[in-house]
Amino acid sequence: MRSRAIAALFTALVTAYAWLLLRAESQGAIAALILVGIAAGILAMRTQLLRPVARSLGSNERFAQGLAFAAVVVIALALRDDDFALLLLTRVLIVIVACLGLNVQFGYAGVVNFAGASFFGVGGYTAAVLASSARLPHLLVLLAGGVTAALAGTVLLLPILRTRGHYAALITIAFALLFRTFLEVNDALGGPQGLKLGEMRIGPLRFNDPISAGPFEGSFYLRYIAVALVLVALAFAVVQRLDRSWVGVALDTVRLDEIAAASFGMDIARWKIAAFTVGNFIIGVAGALSAFMIGFIAPNNYSFAESLIFVSILLLGGIGSAWGLSLATAIVILLPEKFQIIQEYRFLMFAALVVLTLLFRPVGLVPRPLRRLVGPPLS
Amino acid sequence: MTTPLLSCRRLTRRFGGVVALDGLDLEVEAASVLGLIGPNGSGKTTFFNVVTGLFPANAGEIRFAGAPITGLRPQAVHRAGIARTFQRSRLCLPLSIFDNLMVGNHQHLDHRLWFNLVRRQVLRRQIEENYRAARELLHIFDPPLADRMMEPAARIPMIDRRRVEVCRALISRPKLLLLDEPSAGMTHEETLRLMDDILEVQQKLGGLTIILIEHEMSVIERVTRRCVVLNYGRKIAEGAYAEVSRDPEVREAYLGLE
Repeated sequence: MRSRAIAALFTALVTAYAWLLLRAESQGAIAALILVGIAAGILAMRTQLLRPVARSLGSNERFAQGLAFAAVVVIALALRDDDFALLLLTRVLIVIVACLGLNVQFGYAGVVNFAGASFFGVGGYTAAVLASSARLPHLLVLLAGGVTAALAGTVLLLPILRTRGHYAALITIAFALLFRTFLEVNDALGGPQGLKLGEMRIGPLRFNDPISAGPFEGSFYLRYIAVALVLVALAFAVVQRLDRSWVGVALDTVRLDEIAAASFGMDIARWKIAAFTVGNFIIGVAGALSAFMIGFIAPNNYSFAESLIFVSILLLGGIGSAWGLSLATAIVILLPEKFQIIQEYRFLMFAALVVLTLLFRPVGLVPRPLRRLVGPPLS
Repeated sequence: MTTPLLSCRRLTRRFGGVVALDGLDLEVEAASVLGLIGPNGSGKTTFFNVVTGLFPANAGEIRFAGAPITGLRPQAVHRAGIARTFQRSRLCLPLSIFDNLMVGNHQHLDHRLWFNLVRRQVLRRQIEENYRAARELLHIFDPPLADRMMEPAARIPMIDRRRVEVCRALISRPKLLLLDEPSAGMTHEETLRLMDDILEVQQKLGGLTIILIEHEMSVIERVTRRCVVLNYGRKIAEGAYAEVSRDPEVREAYLGLE
């Protein structure tokens, strides 16, 4: 009971902080908030103040997930008519989904994917093409975005599965660079100007109408946030269930020691392709929703640099850690958008952040917990 | 004589100009313990790597339980019933001891994606069954260790890692166990205890066959009835330890006596 109270209190603090940060407009206030956040983080680490919080969140995971869900809902409702803040919040949620997919590949199976943004783009372009030309329900269009991204990834990886080492990473880099060029010269897909998407609809819901129900009025982004939140919950469930199963054990073994894995009957190629496919599916769905939300997609959104940002989110959060990457996504997406002085230097900042993480906290902000298939969580 | 469980004919493996295995003929009878000895670089570990399919043989044939397994991939060799340990520990250190044991039982686990994602109740029962079996096996080797299965393998000392590695190889109930220098990094007493525990499991499983690479001659003397001595990838002697240790060629090549 006391442990749950600690978790709830911590979540309330973080929620209040996130709300303040999203709402703040003057650069001075934002700078102050960021400094407070960094100071609080360092202080908490130094004094081990977060120990009981981590223990509490770790031992009541369902409860913790419920709290996180509630926190996002509260923040979204508190900011209900602030379009820009809600756009940022949706973007954070969508990127969390994409990074969860990347986590299956990189964090679990050890398949480095430097084309995360490209598969995100495959999902987005699929959504744009299908939404304009076919009369598919838009929920199916989201799924189709995932399926095409998964297929593209499988086709890409199949020929090089027999090779060892860094070939997979190299081929994803090549794909990331090719993908953007392909889009830029492809007139059917809009070339450098990109494509527009109509509004998203699910049943009678038209996503781009403002919301007014009695006295409640809110931005149209609230609907996207709802869908994104459902996707986050689903992706979280898939990723964590995979982790806590025989599949998780197999993927970890393939990543850690291919020789041991092969000697005990694990089909390394099969597991790599499985992880890559599942991951790209999740990334593709996120990309499709992102395209609907922004209403417009262009090759520039899916550059190699964006892929690197996805990877840096994983490194910052803690490779393999679903909670860690969620926190890291919030930091990496919100910081440059709110604190515009660093907007121009954001890649420099990310690079510095990654180097600092690798130097001082190589396990990431929230290290991946030990898999415990049996028994109560470690106290 | 009964048909051997494993038999190799003219097995050859070259690394560039080095002939690591040079037309090796070797047979192991079912339910026996065969010692494999020889100086460093004489081809013992290469023999394991070739049998398990990690390195393909350049020539020769391997038959296991009556069927040829030459050229099979490591996965298929394991499925046929051969499990091994490694000279340098190859546990997955960040994973729990239990996870590591389950790596060894991979072929008996249900790892269809959909099953693992959706049928969580059935999965949980499978996990609990496997937990009990793993605990029982580990208990033979070290009872306190059996209570620590949810700790990361990185946290346990070398001797326990060896035990876990042996259990990982045993848990799938292989027909043939290849032990690559289990004594490395252990004291003499610890090695003897580990071997006693392995022999106890061998009795319980009834019919487990073991090939043991070992530098501690007292271990060889105690647990094997027959051994094969390799030098430069060739068999230079074969027989009971007492016999081969008297062989002048063996003494010169390996035991270091004139």
